[in-house]
Amino acid sequence: MSTANDIRQTFFQECDELLEALDDGLSEIDDGIADATFSIDTVNAVFRAVHSIKGGAAAFGLDALVHFAHQFETVLDAMRSGQLQATEEGMKICHRAADHLNDLVAAGRENRELDAGSGPDIAARLAGLVAMPESAPAPTPPVSGEGGFGFAPLSLDLGAITQDSGQTTFVIAFRPHRALYASGNDTALILRELDEMGVLTVEVATEGLPDFDAIEAGEAYLSWTLRLVTEESEGAVRDVFEFVEGMCDLQIEAVADAPAGAEIPLPAAPETPVAAPVGAPPAPPPAPAQSRDKPAEAEGPKATVRVNLDLVDRLINMVGELVINQAVLTQCVKDAGLLDRGDLSTSLAEFRNLARDIQESVMAIRAQSVKPLFQRMARIVREAAELSGKETEFVTEGEATEVDKTIIERLVDPLTHMIRNAVDHGLESPQDRLAAGKPATGRVTLSAAHRSGRVLIEVSDDGAGINRPKVFQIAVEKGLIPPESQLKDAEIDNLLFMPGFSTASQVSNLSGRGVGMDVVRSAIQKLGGRVSIQSQRGKGTTMSISLPLTLAVLDGMVVDVAGQTMVVPITAIVETLRPKPEDIHALGADNLVVSVRNKLVPVIDLGVVFGHRGAPASISDMVVLLVESDSHTSWALAVDQIFDQRQVVIKGLESNYGHVPGVAAATILGDGNIALIIDPEETAHRSGAAIDPGELALLDEV
Amino acid sequence: MSIRVLAIDDSRTIREMLRHTLTEGGFEVHVAEDGIDGIEKLPGIAPDVVITDINMPRMDGFGVIDTIRAAAEYAGLPILVLTTESAQDLKDRARRSGATGWIVKPFDDAKLIGTIRRITVA
Repeated sequence: MSTANDIRQTFFQECDELLEALDDGLSEIDDGIADATFSIDTVNAVFRAVHSIKGGAAAFGLDALVHFAHQFETVLDAMRSGQLQATEEGMKICHRAADHLNDLVAAGRENRELDAGSGPDIAARLAGLVAMPESAPAPTPPVSGEGGFGFAPLSLDLGAITQDSGQTTFVIAFRPHRALYASGNDTALILRELDEMGVLTVEVATEGLPDFDAIEAGEAYLSWTLRLVTEESEGAVRDVFEFVEGMCDLQIEAVADAPAGAEIPLPAAPETPVAAPVGAPPAPPPAPAQSRDKPAEAEGPKATVRVNLDLVDRLINMVGELVINQAVLTQCVKDAGLLDRGDLSTSLAEFRNLARDIQESVMAIRAQSVKPLFQRMARIVREAAELSGKETEFVTEGEATEVDKTIIERLVDPLTHMIRNAVDHGLESPQDRLAAGKPATGRVTLSAAHRSGRVLIEVSDDGAGINRPKVFQIAVEKGLIPPESQLKDAEIDNLLFMPGFSTASQVSNLSGRGVGMDVVRSAIQKLGGRVSIQSQRGKGTTMSISLPLTLAVLDGMVVDVAGQTMVVPITAIVETLRPKPEDIHALGADNLVVSVRNKLVPVIDLGVVFGHRGAPASISDMVVLLVESDSHTSWALAVDQIFDQRQVVIKGLESNYGHVPGVAAATILGDGNIALIIDPEETAHRSGAAIDPGELALLDEV
Repeated sequence: MSIRVLAIDDSRTIREMLRHTLTEGGFEVHVAEDGIDGIEKLPGIAPDVVITDINMPRMDGFGVIDTIRAAAEYAGLPILVLTTESAQDLKDRARRSGATGWIVKPFDDAKLIGTIRRITVA
């Protein structure tokens, strides 16, 4: 189990920290030993370090470690309670003990036994300090089993073994004290537990109950006489009252064995018989989850350092400055006409490479594996499978793939939705699957991989695939497309991303929450990503998300807008073109549309939108960037010329200027100038280019 | 609605274990690193049950129990104590301090879940 391994890894990481704290604490005590100036807090901290190691070790069945830690802890406990004076000699032994503890942790980490070596000697000397029996057994029974985390039962209640197949009738007299309620225990829960053990008859005595006005909250007034017919032993019955022992009057008495289900008359006619409370809800059944772990994950624990995230972000910022500075420097050298000096250009190239390497390494600090995200999805699959009644197997691939922390956090919602969709809409019911010759259990696969500088995350199912005629029909019914539209398969699949689209015949509990795939798409696009869908009838559907590795840099197209330099995110751009005059049409008084392969797209002059020029320039002299929004509409952003395509460092503007509609962020260019990075969709809305796509669709037909 | 658990333990390992086991068991799990952290998080989480370690820096488990039991708005909130030792006097001490019950470390998955269900209204 990979999770057990994760926790095991956490344990050893924590051990390293605790051992360090132990060392520091012991040294502090050393320093203060002569004049007794060390603080009791230090002794407490040292004790806790050893105690925590012991606690974790017990869970992983590291017997030798538990045993020794216990002996060490006993000495430290005596020290903190003042029974044992810290002496130089004693501290020497403690240091040796700390070293031995270190060795034991290392041995545990590598799953090996430690040679006896000096162990027994140190243990004996520790024992000598507090005069404890050297071979005192650790109080926590060791747990065996590799990988730990499977726990052995702690106590064997011999009384709990049923003597014979017969049932026993217990008569229980139970009168809670006030303390029982004060401790957060609840009589109803105790009765519920007894009820689950067999046939329970409950009789409550209400004589002690005062008038309503006189009732004091928290006071105990009631007592019960219970009759339980069960196969359980008296020990098991007593166990139910384990937590309330001493906080109630309790008498448990076994009366004669009774045949199963027999009703035993109560000794006295009950005045107010109360029906036994209902049982507890059943625990959810575990759904199968499996993981094709990569060899990369099978590596041993890596040494890690925990760093304040602010520090990392500051470092990333500074590296961003460095990259900008490098660009400025290159520009200067170029302007000075020195670029053809061989040594200078070689050094510059080297500087550029170094700057990029540093940037990548720093970005890697913020990167985290997608594993926790994937594990969260396993639970979503379980829940969705349970609610929809579909047997589902969940497979993950590439869990070790690393992505920027913020991206991972913002992926939770869209991915949750996609996974739910895959189970709910993607997979068929077990009956349908069997009928189609498939195994009854459906499979949902979640994978992550690095591909050409981006991260590719895929959710696929082996379900029925997209029912294209149905999707088409629904889109027509909802007025999303004209009935006579001729759409390719991929175009039909893309209809799923249109706002308000849902193919579920019945709005289910899961996916039909009024959130469509359009929300998923917009969430992904906000991260600079793209979503696409591939489907094969009868075989299944795959949704792919392609994401940048980081939110700190962005691939941008650097353009000239009325003499101003601006950056348009590459991910938003579908294509660039130089429109011919005959492709440009006027729509109304001051709206222009451009015809792109017989599709009319509204033209937005960025210069006008951002106030760099009053009147629109002649579009035929300009370059048009075709961008597509999540609502599936396209716009043509008109710019004067394209300078370059490059990676730019994102500088947030919002903390200084607040949110400026249409502007996503800014960047600093090689010449030291600031360029705005635009948000194409917001820009389109800001421009008021609210040309109704429906209107354009009509024009399309012309 | 799943049962909401606030688990307070200064050991990251134990916190991870509790989180894993209880999440698998269908509980909603929140964690805190010591008594102070736990008490600070309490109002925001409004748990159905609190599980607390005893030996912790800043504020120990008994401090947690005292604080919760002194607050009228948390009357009746079940509190389970995590003890490494199964010794009777520790249990007695937990009980005297106002804890609802206890769990002995290392815990058995089923027993842990059973114990929480035993003392919480689902």
